[in-house]
Amino acid sequence: MLAKRIIPCLDIKDGRTVKGVNFVDLRDAGDPVELAEIYSREGADELVFLDISATEQKRKTLADLVYRVAEKVNIPFTVGGGISSVEDVDILLQNGADKVSVNSSAVKNPQLINDLSAKFGSQCIVVAIDAKQIDGKWIVHLVGGKVPTELDLFEWAKEVEERGAGEILFTSMDHDGTKDGFANEALARLSVELNIPIIASGGAGNVQHFKDTFINGKSDAALAASVFHFKEIAIKDLKENLQENGIPVRL
Amino acid sequence: MKIVIINYGAGNIQSIKFAIQRLGYEAVLSNDINEIKTADKVIFPGVGEASSAMSKLLESGLHDSIADLKQPVLGICLGMQLMCNSTEEGDTKGLGIFDVDVVKFSNKVKVPQIGWNQINNLNSGLFKGVSNKAHIYLVHSFYAPLCDETIAETDYELTYSAALQKDNFYGTQFHPEKSSTVGEKILRNFLEI
Repeated sequence: MLAKRIIPCLDIKDGRTVKGVNFVDLRDAGDPVELAEIYSREGADELVFLDISATEQKRKTLADLVYRVAEKVNIPFTVGGGISSVEDVDILLQNGADKVSVNSSAVKNPQLINDLSAKFGSQCIVVAIDAKQIDGKWIVHLVGGKVPTELDLFEWAKEVEERGAGEILFTSMDHDGTKDGFANEALARLSVELNIPIIASGGAGNVQHFKDTFINGKSDAALAASVFHFKEIAIKDLKENLQENGIPVRL
Repeated sequence: MKIVIINYGAGNIQSIKFAIQRLGYEAVLSNDINEIKTADKVIFPGVGEASSAMSKLLESGLHDSIADLKQPVLGICLGMQLMCNSTEEGDTKGLGIFDVDVVKFSNKVKVPQIGWNQINNLNSGLFKGVSNKAHIYLVHSFYAPLCDETIAETDYELTYSAALQKDNFYGTQFHPEKSSTVGEKILRNFLEI
């Protein structure tokens, strides 16, 4: 049976992890490679690296990081953050990334999704969508949720599927950082209306939240950052709990 | 031991090279037929769309030689699919090593299948030390149905071939290089045939 996936997300700036992490056994808390190795040993199913740096050397720093992660880590990983062209993606995949995620650049230039999936295959193209509710409507936002667009979440999600996205990473800006649970109603609607996997993001606070998003939210995977980084939830315990509740996981 | 990963421009070959390195071996990337013929082990990777991968293989001139190789050959993911008779994707003719036609999952399930699924009915030395229901990592929209050459099965919409073997030719639909310690065991088994 296909397992539900647990995905820690690491924010990266200039090749280093940004958010403080609380790993006592970590020699260098800022080293994404070491953190990635630990998560992979603890049972993470996949990793996401989100690059938030805005320097001119960004491309090369990120490509170097991807290379170092691929060298050490034996599970798949996705890289996102400022990717805006076929060349960007080519460099990252050649250095060993399994998938890339695009967000703002796909909203600005939707044809990019078609171009990427035609050249590299849908399987490695994740489209990340940030949205929040305005007057009861889910509106797609850019720049980490700061800038609203005209796009409706469900229409945009359908469009990116048709353009060749292999997977959608949906972050609810209303839930992100609240530790109050995922946006399960919107997630379930995405899962029913679309026929590609949906990754839930934003709102993870406890084990029950993961259970809820897999059952009520019909999510295929769940992504979280701080609950893992600060060891509030151990991945192994989380997965054992999910299994006891009849949710298929890889243990 | 000389391990060659066929480099014809369609595949995440870096990951396979690194996985082999982690096992303590070195692999070289090559599209030179003499280099490939003299290897002890050959890996035939592939990701992306089938017909464009096959055109790249045709351009490289290697398509005629792969089926004649005598040493152990491992096709991974699209590499395995291209070793079959044909694939529905882009209506592509395959190398005809495995006597099976690759077809697409229906829309009763999410396509592509992405993630960790289980392998069952393991029936090859490739899976020495690997237990039934072990999880492996897959990303694919097309699959090889069960056939005489099936050596491992997975369930998704229906039961299909997770791996194939015919004589010295092996193929896995999953990515051993991305399948954690289970994948490492399978890759090591292949390298130590």
